[in-house]
Amino acid sequence: MDSESIPSIAVQFRAVERHFGAVKAVDNVTMDIYDGEFFSMLGPSGSGKTTCLRMIAGFEQPSSGSIQLHGKEVAGVPPYERDVNTVFQDYALFPHMTIADNVGYGLMIRKVPKKERDRRVTDMLELVRLPGIQKRKPSQLSGGQRQRIALARALINQPGVLLLDEPLGALDLKLRQDMQIELKAIQQQVGITFIYVTHDQEEALTMSDRIAIFNAGKIEQIGTPADVYERPSTAFVAGFVGTSNIFTGEVARTISGESRAFTVRPERIRLCPPSTTAEAGIRAVSGTIRDVVYLGSNTRYLVDIGGKDVIVTQQNLETTSMHVIERRGEAVTLLWAREHERPVAVEA
Amino acid sequence: MSAVPQPVSQTTSERPAPPKPSLLRRISTFFHAHPTLTLIALLSLPLLWLFVIYLGSIGAMLTQSFFSLDPFSGRVVRTPTLSTYQQLFTPANLDIFLRTVTMAAAVTLACAVIAFPLSYYFARYASRRAKSILFLGVMLPLWSSYLVRVYAWKLILADEGIISWVFTTLGIRGVLDAILNIPVIGGSSLSFSFLGMFIVFVYIWLPFMILPVTAALERVPNSLIEASGDLGGKPGLTFRKIIFPLALPGIVAGSIFTFSLTMGDYIIPQIIGNSSYFIGGAVYTFYGTAGNIPLAAAFTVVPIIIMIVYLLVARRMGAFDAL
Repeated sequence: MDSESIPSIAVQFRAVERHFGAVKAVDNVTMDIYDGEFFSMLGPSGSGKTTCLRMIAGFEQPSSGSIQLHGKEVAGVPPYERDVNTVFQDYALFPHMTIADNVGYGLMIRKVPKKERDRRVTDMLELVRLPGIQKRKPSQLSGGQRQRIALARALINQPGVLLLDEPLGALDLKLRQDMQIELKAIQQQVGITFIYVTHDQEEALTMSDRIAIFNAGKIEQIGTPADVYERPSTAFVAGFVGTSNIFTGEVARTISGESRAFTVRPERIRLCPPSTTAEAGIRAVSGTIRDVVYLGSNTRYLVDIGGKDVIVTQQNLETTSMHVIERRGEAVTLLWAREHERPVAVEA
Repeated sequence: MSAVPQPVSQTTSERPAPPKPSLLRRISTFFHAHPTLTLIALLSLPLLWLFVIYLGSIGAMLTQSFFSLDPFSGRVVRTPTLSTYQQLFTPANLDIFLRTVTMAAAVTLACAVIAFPLSYYFARYASRRAKSILFLGVMLPLWSSYLVRVYAWKLILADEGIISWVFTTLGIRGVLDAILNIPVIGGSSLSFSFLGMFIVFVYIWLPFMILPVTAALERVPNSLIEASGDLGGKPGLTFRKIIFPLALPGIVAGSIFTFSLTMGDYIIPQIIGNSSYFIGGAVYTFYGTAGNIPLAAAFTVVPIIIMIVYLLVARRMGAFDAL
């Protein structure tokens, strides 16, 4: 994105609601998605993110509110009249057609001549790094390959906005991580707005320019990955994006003197010998190690500070880290800088 | 997340005793250890049925068709010959084939045209409740005797029946007469016409089209239809390029039922229509009345060949690509 000029808005939501019977699947959502950005909608299942995506695609209509695509109101516009393409969660490749016919489907509909179509299908298959499989059927491809074909089929139409509905959900971890990097690279190459729905916070952090965090049909926060991770505005965001220690009520008052809830990330907390004294601007809380989980690159400690367990992660910098497991029951002092405390809103 | 997991003490929970080695258990263990024997046990009965009784009878029939009937003694001559097949190609017999195949094709087409929208509704729109009620409606006629239903239709279609009563009461009797005056399909009344026979055939075999077409349409994921629309396909195009090709195996499966059942039926042409022969009736007459088993057998081979040709053509046209 160009940082000097204000980017134009690709998708605009204004007070959008979608009701299914008495259920508010999407509840008063307002957001702007800019041209050329990689925008993720992150949230647990049933949080309304997929419904928002389907309303952009035109598969669902909003119950109220306004949705604009590139400045044009799209209420009532059917999917086939929208300059938007979708990569489906189950890929939705046409099983009776060859890969070439699948990828070229949009061009066939636009009556692009066969020769031109073949050329662009070839180009597109090269972009997704699956050259030469035009004649195969979807059933002959692996999950990862089908995913790429679904991407190629959507991208070949050069849509204004590309919608991706948890496209990596069915892939195994390693393939998913490779595809995350590849998807981001393809997005930067083609420069199309990507709107990506996922429940995987790591995926969202890896790829996105900005993330909208959904919960119970509402947006909790919109921001860059660093924004939502470093400055979560609600306890839900702090807990959903990464791991957080959320201090509330009495525990919060004992530590900070105020009853305002705040969060501290586990990796910002240092584990020190008991009765270490704190300098100015540093919190010191004593506790007992209740449990230790060895995770390879780091170790997660569960420290009981009296009425609350605090999660602390430490990098395993030494080979002696393998002995961490023996620290269970040890008395410790937790230290963290006050600047790492983030005040958050907690639902009543 | 407690510390080291403690072994559960013997007093608080007792391990269940290992099961006793009963005879049933030993049989299960035996079959578990011998998967081939399991397969044999599983398939022996159906394979016996298929090869001995089912294919065996067709084989016996095929053999019979290569024998001939001695015209003087009326006995079957058991020497292989093609003379029986030559008898098939008399103009009268060719008429029977043409009549039967035309009727079967017309019935199949009508069943497909009527079944498709209904199946589409079942698969895409119907609520669970509406679906079970309508399915019951489709299946209900199959619970009563076929013969009773055909005779019921004879009354419905008869000159004194409800259909002509409706036409007369509405003062449009002329329309019915005009239809009945159409050559070939018409007749003295609906129950004595090919049109009436066609209506009864469609009624009788329609469920056999609805069920496979519904099954095929239910297997088409909604996301495929959405994907086609998403890529710019208007509903008409989505139907032609996605829905219809994917439903085609179901339509072909249904048409195998309606087509072969119509071809083989010998009761409806006897009760409804103008008593002209269909393949089934001809076989019945040659076998039962004339005692010409070889010719009856040769007649029966014809629909088998027609079905094989039909399936080959269907495959050629890509009807099974979506399977």
